[in-house]
Amino acid sequence: MAPKLSIVIVEPEPERARLIVDALRDAGDFDIRVIAERSGLARQIAQRQPDLVLVDVADPSRDTIEELTLATGPLDRPVALFVDRSDAGLSAAAIEAGLSAYVVDGLTPARVKPVLDAAIARFRMMQRMRTELAETKRALEDRKVIDRAKGMLMRARNIPEEEAYALLRKTAMDQGRRVADVAEALVTAAGLLG
Amino acid sequence: MRATALPVGFLPLVDAAPLIVAEEMGFAAEEGLALDFLRAPSWASLRDALVHGQVRAAHMLAPVPIASALGVGGGNTPLAALSVLSVNGNVVGVSAALAERMREAGHRFGFDDAAAAGQALIAAAEMPLRIGVPFPFSMHAELIYHWLSALGLPSPQSLIVRTVPPPLMAEAIRAHEIDAFCVGEPWGTAAVEGGVGELLLPGNAIWAFAPEKILAARADWADEAPDLSARLVRSVWRAGRWLDAGAANRSLAADLMSRPHYLNLAPDLIERALSGRIVVSPRGETRATPRFVVFHEGAAAFPWRSQAAWIGARIAGRMGLDQARAMAAAAGTFRSDLFREALSTTGAILPAASARIEGALAADQAVPAMSGSLTLCRDAFFDGAAFDPAFLNRP
Repeated sequence: MAPKLSIVIVEPEPERARLIVDALRDAGDFDIRVIAERSGLARQIAQRQPDLVLVDVADPSRDTIEELTLATGPLDRPVALFVDRSDAGLSAAAIEAGLSAYVVDGLTPARVKPVLDAAIARFRMMQRMRTELAETKRALEDRKVIDRAKGMLMRARNIPEEEAYALLRKTAMDQGRRVADVAEALVTAAGLLG
Repeated sequence: MRATALPVGFLPLVDAAPLIVAEEMGFAAEEGLALDFLRAPSWASLRDALVHGQVRAAHMLAPVPIASALGVGGGNTPLAALSVLSVNGNVVGVSAALAERMREAGHRFGFDDAAAAGQALIAAAEMPLRIGVPFPFSMHAELIYHWLSALGLPSPQSLIVRTVPPPLMAEAIRAHEIDAFCVGEPWGTAAVEGGVGELLLPGNAIWAFAPEKILAARADWADEAPDLSARLVRSVWRAGRWLDAGAANRSLAADLMSRPHYLNLAPDLIERALSGRIVVSPRGETRATPRFVVFHEGAAAFPWRSQAAWIGARIAGRMGLDQARAMAAAAGTFRSDLFREALSTTGAILPAASARIEGALAADQAVPAMSGSLTLCRDAFFDGAAFDPAFLNRP
């Protein structure tokens, strides 16, 4: 039987790291290590000699890991970007999910695929959560700025709230902009005028 | 006419200016294009986005297509350099502690003399000297290797060049993982503002005319969609011409680029690089640096096959590859043929040759052109080196 695949996950956030580890544990029996500390990252990875490295595509330290693909010393273990070698569908799915993976040369796709499938599914979920959080935040901020703009209009023009909102909405529609953007512009302009 | 949307990737750096200006100042629209920007977190991810078709073209480090052609970078999909987006624009900086030692030993941080600065650095640093660069295949790495090996510092015995993503560079200095760095703006300025380092040299003090970023595309796309790629090349070329047409334009560009979806930085931090007025220390000392970053002057956008051959030869030398083969493969990635075709209708003044002796010009010099007159910029290496890719059949 082939020895257990060793996997390194580069992820500074403990909660996200845990989610990925759990997903991989469900997919099979692997030797999994998480690296949270990005200082000396190349050295840390090289020491562990993993078969597979998983990293968030948004993490700038991906370029550091790229350096490992050039290692030629006898102790270093070159890793190759899997997206070049395995099937294009899997690669595209990984990129879309926001996952980057490095796979040691010579590993068969059959051994790697279950890991990647599980990781891709988990990254997709985390990405969805992140997007939802960002949208919620943005909606909250939009509402705050719209409320301020409404208040300004109500005072300046002495009109009721519904009328102030209607005015914002009409202006936004006429200019092909979002209501929040028009509100933002009004608040900024009012700030400048004092 | 409805504009054709074209997905294009960039990293939030000052030298992404030609792409951003092409979109914001309407040069892309003039060609019927709407650039749909993807801001990438790393060079590796941008290269992958290009290879997998998420973007059609990208702001890219000049050596990346060459590394792919040599089979040493991640990725074996052939990439092409359609034009040079920027020439120069990097800075070399040292940690605050090292700066202090150099100062005590009498170095004056003149920001112009690569030999003096390099000797002062070698004298003050502990060996091996560890220098951070943004990517293994980058002009940053090439400049550092050329500079310090010309001054007698052997790599890897005494010089270790490490990849450190620019946003993590300050942290790497604080943690004593590196002693010095070479990065593109605004990251040198960020190190100064953060008080972790001082700037020692602009990149152009090492090589006066170094191709820094290119407009990259997949080679098969460039060949299969020549009309679209030519329209993009023209848009970006016009943006570069606009950027080099006066200080006021560069000032406006700094404003455009400061917006949240581009660099998301204060305009004055961007303007330092664009105006060539570089603040080199946390005490606010400023150095005027002509041609700190060039977009158009001296046919800057022209992808010289000799530039690519130089990069190919340097990478091959370090990695033990066959030099002649590497130079030929490298030269093929800089598509001066497509560039000429794309600009044939614009009245652009193009050089008669597609290769030249790199490093030969100790001063600006008029050269034969296809039409009109063309003056190339001084392109000397600090040590007087010259690179003659004779096999490229100049002119």
